[in-house]
Amino acid sequence: MPYNDPSPLEVRILTRRFGLPDSASLDTYLAHDGFQGFERALKLKPEEIIEEVKLSHLRGRGGAGFPAGLKWSFVPRSSPKPKYIVANADESEPGTCKDRLLMEYDPHQLLEGMLIAALAVDAHAGYIYIRGEYRYLIEILDRAIEEARARGYLGRNILGSGFDFEVYTHTGAGAYECGEESALLESLEGKRGVPRIRPPFPAVAGAFGCPTVLNNVETFCAVPYILREGGAAFAALGTPKNGGTRLFCLSGHVNRPGVYELPMGFNLLRMIHEVGGGVWKGKKLKAVIPGGSSCPVLKAGECDLPMDYDSLARAGSMLGSGGVVVMDEDTCMVKVALRIMRFYAHESCGWCIPCREGTMWLRKLLQRFHDGGGTRADIGLIGDVAKSMLGRTFCPLGDAAAMPTISFVEKFREEFEAHLDGRPCPCERAGEAVAV
Amino acid sequence: MTFSPDLEARFARLLESYPPGRRRSALIPMLMYAQDEVGAVTGEVVEEVARRCGVTPLQVDEVVSYYSMLHRQPQGKYHVQVCTNISCLLRGGDKLYEQASRKLGIGHKETTADGRFSLEEVECIGACSWAPAIQVNYDFHHDMTPEKLDKLLASLEKIQ
Amino acid sequence: MAELVHLTIDGRPVEAAPGTLVIDAAKKLGIEIPAFCYYEGLSLQAACRMCLVEVERAPKLLTACTLPVAEGMVVRTATPAVAQARKSMLELLLTNHPLDCPVCDKGGECELQDMAFRYGVGESRFAETKVHVPEKQFSPVVFFDAPRCILCYRCVRICNEGLGVNALGVVNRGAVSEIAPNRGDHLECDECGACIDICPVGALTSGIYRYHARPWEMEHVGTICTFCSNGCKTTLGVRGNRILRGNNRDRSGVNGEFLCIKGRYAFDFLHHPERLQSPLVRSGGELRPVSWVQALGAVAERFLEARARGGRIGVVGSNRTTNEENYFLQKFARQGLGTGSIDHRRTGDVPALLSALAGRGDALATVADLYTTKAALVVASDLAQQHPLFAFQLRANWRHHHARVYTVTRGPVREDQYSVQALRVPPGGELEAVESLAPALRKEPELVILFGGGIRGAAVQRLVAFGDSLGIPVKYVCLVDYSNSRGAFDMGLAPELLPGYQPAPNPGLTLAEMLAAPDLDVLWVVGANPLREASLAAEKAFVVVQDLFLTETAARADVVLPAASAYEKAGTVTNTCGEVQRLRPALKVMGVKSDLEIFGLLARAMRLELGGARPEPVFEEIRANVPGYGVPAAVLATGGAAQTCPAAAPEIPPRPDLVRPASDTLFTSGTLGRYSKVLSSVLEFPGELYKGAGE
Repeated sequence: MPYNDPSPLEVRILTRRFGLPDSASLDTYLAHDGFQGFERALKLKPEEIIEEVKLSHLRGRGGAGFPAGLKWSFVPRSSPKPKYIVANADESEPGTCKDRLLMEYDPHQLLEGMLIAALAVDAHAGYIYIRGEYRYLIEILDRAIEEARARGYLGRNILGSGFDFEVYTHTGAGAYECGEESALLESLEGKRGVPRIRPPFPAVAGAFGCPTVLNNVETFCAVPYILREGGAAFAALGTPKNGGTRLFCLSGHVNRPGVYELPMGFNLLRMIHEVGGGVWKGKKLKAVIPGGSSCPVLKAGECDLPMDYDSLARAGSMLGSGGVVVMDEDTCMVKVALRIMRFYAHESCGWCIPCREGTMWLRKLLQRFHDGGGTRADIGLIGDVAKSMLGRTFCPLGDAAAMPTISFVEKFREEFEAHLDGRPCPCERAGEAVAV
Repeated sequence: MTFSPDLEARFARLLESYPPGRRRSALIPMLMYAQDEVGAVTGEVVEEVARRCGVTPLQVDEVVSYYSMLHRQPQGKYHVQVCTNISCLLRGGDKLYEQASRKLGIGHKETTADGRFSLEEVECIGACSWAPAIQVNYDFHHDMTPEKLDKLLASLEKIQ
Repeated sequence: MAELVHLTIDGRPVEAAPGTLVIDAAKKLGIEIPAFCYYEGLSLQAACRMCLVEVERAPKLLTACTLPVAEGMVVRTATPAVAQARKSMLELLLTNHPLDCPVCDKGGECELQDMAFRYGVGESRFAETKVHVPEKQFSPVVFFDAPRCILCYRCVRICNEGLGVNALGVVNRGAVSEIAPNRGDHLECDECGACIDICPVGALTSGIYRYHARPWEMEHVGTICTFCSNGCKTTLGVRGNRILRGNNRDRSGVNGEFLCIKGRYAFDFLHHPERLQSPLVRSGGELRPVSWVQALGAVAERFLEARARGGRIGVVGSNRTTNEENYFLQKFARQGLGTGSIDHRRTGDVPALLSALAGRGDALATVADLYTTKAALVVASDLAQQHPLFAFQLRANWRHHHARVYTVTRGPVREDQYSVQALRVPPGGELEAVESLAPALRKEPELVILFGGGIRGAAVQRLVAFGDSLGIPVKYVCLVDYSNSRGAFDMGLAPELLPGYQPAPNPGLTLAEMLAAPDLDVLWVVGANPLREASLAAEKAFVVVQDLFLTETAARADVVLPAASAYEKAGTVTNTCGEVQRLRPALKVMGVKSDLEIFGLLARAMRLELGGARPEPVFEEIRANVPGYGVPAAVLATGGAAQTCPAAAPEIPPRPDLVRPASDTLFTSGTLGRYSKVLSSVLEFPGELYKGAGE
């Protein structure tokens, strides 16, 4: 098994081939149900494929959680323009490291997922947009694509069906913003990763101005199972409206961090304690970021909840991209808030005023605050500046920066107050504080 | 300017990957691969890639300066990228960065005088569950510790 | 016409065409929705977030600049949430803005100041260090101060979309994003300065104007640019009898806000140290300053003497003097001096076009037509170089209305970027190429044909015949070179033509003939420099020159009379489309007189009865007497452009041999251009950038 040992609590659907000998090869894939979903899809009408995906209650695994089947149904099949399939492999939400494994250990599953989507919307070319840091995956995927083409699973007249589909890999070059779908498309077209004005959405005008199905890698990877076993079977794995399993990336202060495939709705506390082996060093749990750094933080007492889109939303946070970041009792929340804001200020594309200026302001303000130069008024100001970004930026990055910040200030105000008036950070021993 | 036959072949494949009239799409991959070979996105690379992708050098520059992995100046033979983002930070990524900086005697985005090492404090590299993590060029090093880092740097120092 | 959409903004009903943006629909009601990045005619950005409004049933505020109207939509712009959003946007914008308004050129006419005043809060809570980046000089005319920049991308869009120059871009990302020029540390471009004028703040400033004045100290005089023939309105900022800047921010005139480097900056010839400010008379072989009385007396005496003995008198008029001056000059020559030898340097074959059209005034295109026509054909002209407004108009037409543009030129031109067909032909081959386009052009609903000075005489007739054969409405523009080249023809500055293209009964010498005549007694040159490229055969001829500078011709003169430039006088000029516009004097230069005033004084000294030599009565005479010039006075009086439609008499034989286009570039303009330091200071002058460009 790659990187971390599996947990007996896992329900391995997308990761079931992980750990098999030569798991990335087509032979292994075919020996374990590979391309059966596609073969079934070949017998269906396009709208039936989409209906199956709708039935599965598969929601986008990139972070927004938009129902995948619905997204596919927006593609105007009758449009005379060519259609495209784009896999978002720009995995860059801090705390998230799952798509990497899906591509490394089971690339054909992704290819099959994209192929089924192509069949559903009549697309004949697909792109896998891979973040630049994942260079080694390009070699793996290119090999898989070659292998699939050589055996007739990609290319012209796939399996004698008369259907053509080519897949190409495309490297990014270091920009979190390109995980946003319209920015990704700009980048795919050789431009700065600045989002587009929406509408039109990619389903109508995406890659090269043409209708495009754009999904996260994990979303596509769920599709072969859905077509093979039926949407209902997938839906049944999870909770209502939250179909299937998903890959959770457990990180931070747990004894057994790792990527685990668990059913939707799995309890967060159980995940930390039973899957992750509990908080490390025998410490107490302080807080959890449940879905990548852009999700509002949960205090320890808020963590007894099922991990699905709707439950997290009710708790005032988000399921996001599956990055579960666990923090122990010694963690300085001001420092975490600062580190998160440093990230968003670094990654803001600079297009719109509130995100560009707001992240810069908050980064400087939090830095000063963390360094002991804060005032009581600054605590309110941090929240105010974040709120002046919230819901007003050009793309979701502004919200991604503002939401956790607001939650840190509101939920851990006492820690901010403890930093006032030049006092050293109470969470770190004197002299050990490291400038972030 | 000319590139190695392998890279030329890669460029040729790239240009065929996109719909007709869309060679600009090859821009970012071309820059990445050219940078890997040349060592930096030099002015010459900008001009050449602009020509091949049918854009102006300014349009290339807009792109180069946008993406954090593209750089105009050459970096060390071993570009040590220490992640200090949240998951790595919680498990000592920041201390590793300090350690690397001390050992190498260089700071963020600096290169040693001999050109062997450069250092960068990077944002999340997608290794959160195996944190803290470091990337040297494109190679990942997971579950790092101060001892492992020392060993890694020492081994890189020795490679001829 | 699609049905109108009904919506409510701030409780008031409004209807708008489908596709109208809420920000524009609000404008119809007189409701201002503030915005920095939204700019009519340029692509949408939604970047500044100033235009956020409340829309019923929308979960969050929406940008009015990207929101199309919808039936039944309810929009609110005056709610606490909207007011708060605007306040916070301004607070965020001002975090890194240097607030150096007291020394900023834009102070007083800055959109950020105005917005902060109207919608902002009085205090800033930003207590962190601002990012400082040193100012950069992009070119002699363009300076960039990054911290002041609010990244609205207007400059980038006007350059890339508006001009098609692509000289500006954005580098870096996040808070350190910055506007950057196309050559690393400097610009290589048209140097038009549109980026500066369109900048809502003082981030882009003009090398000519910066740190010279506060905007409210200047008087703003709208007049017509004296350089090319496009007839752009330039609004000159004048303080203390000096022009400090030119722009057209009020979008008056045929050009809207467009100006090229000449209209915006090249007024500096006025203050050139070599400007003549005293009459000169040759004595002892040298030109020496004398009083106006002495100089005029000397000229009157020699003119009277020459006329009395029936000597040969040649008169050369100008491509830049006013219609009134041109009209008066030809009258002076024909009636006062009794000579039919009057001409000017012809830069395009206007008479050939008018004679081919035989009175069809509706076949003459206006500048506005270039923005609305469905199709255009450019023959033998590099518009971006020689007719920059027309290039801008056609491009805007293509951007906004998908106009189909065809080019037939000898080399690559900027219109190729978007033209549906671009044909390359050697000079002389244009007509064959044009005719090969017939199948495509026939399918167009209408067409405007613009042709340069290379198309003349029979070629013009053939071109019009071709246009007629297409079976669609076709309009024409005969491209000439200078601000009143068209008016020079219209007013009869040609031996064979009386004003309004009537045949002259006793045609005298052409310009070339005058220079070549060994027995010429008098040569009177007004605002022209024929001896730059030719010599005067009559060594003994008495030469009088009216000009701004001691040109090659003036240096040969016996009497030099210092003349006022177009920016120092009233009158009218006619652009290459035949549109008349009024000049307004912006300042006075010591010691000079307008050419018209000089004519009047000379007439008086010679006791000639030629009528009053003031612009108004002369123009009234033109309106009354010159065919095609009966334009409505009110249009001109209110600063408008009135199209003239003279018809050439059919019996005038064309003289294509006399047409000699000047082949100027964006950075040259005959003799006058040499005296603009701005034009010669830019890197592109004479520059590699445009070498080898088409005709």
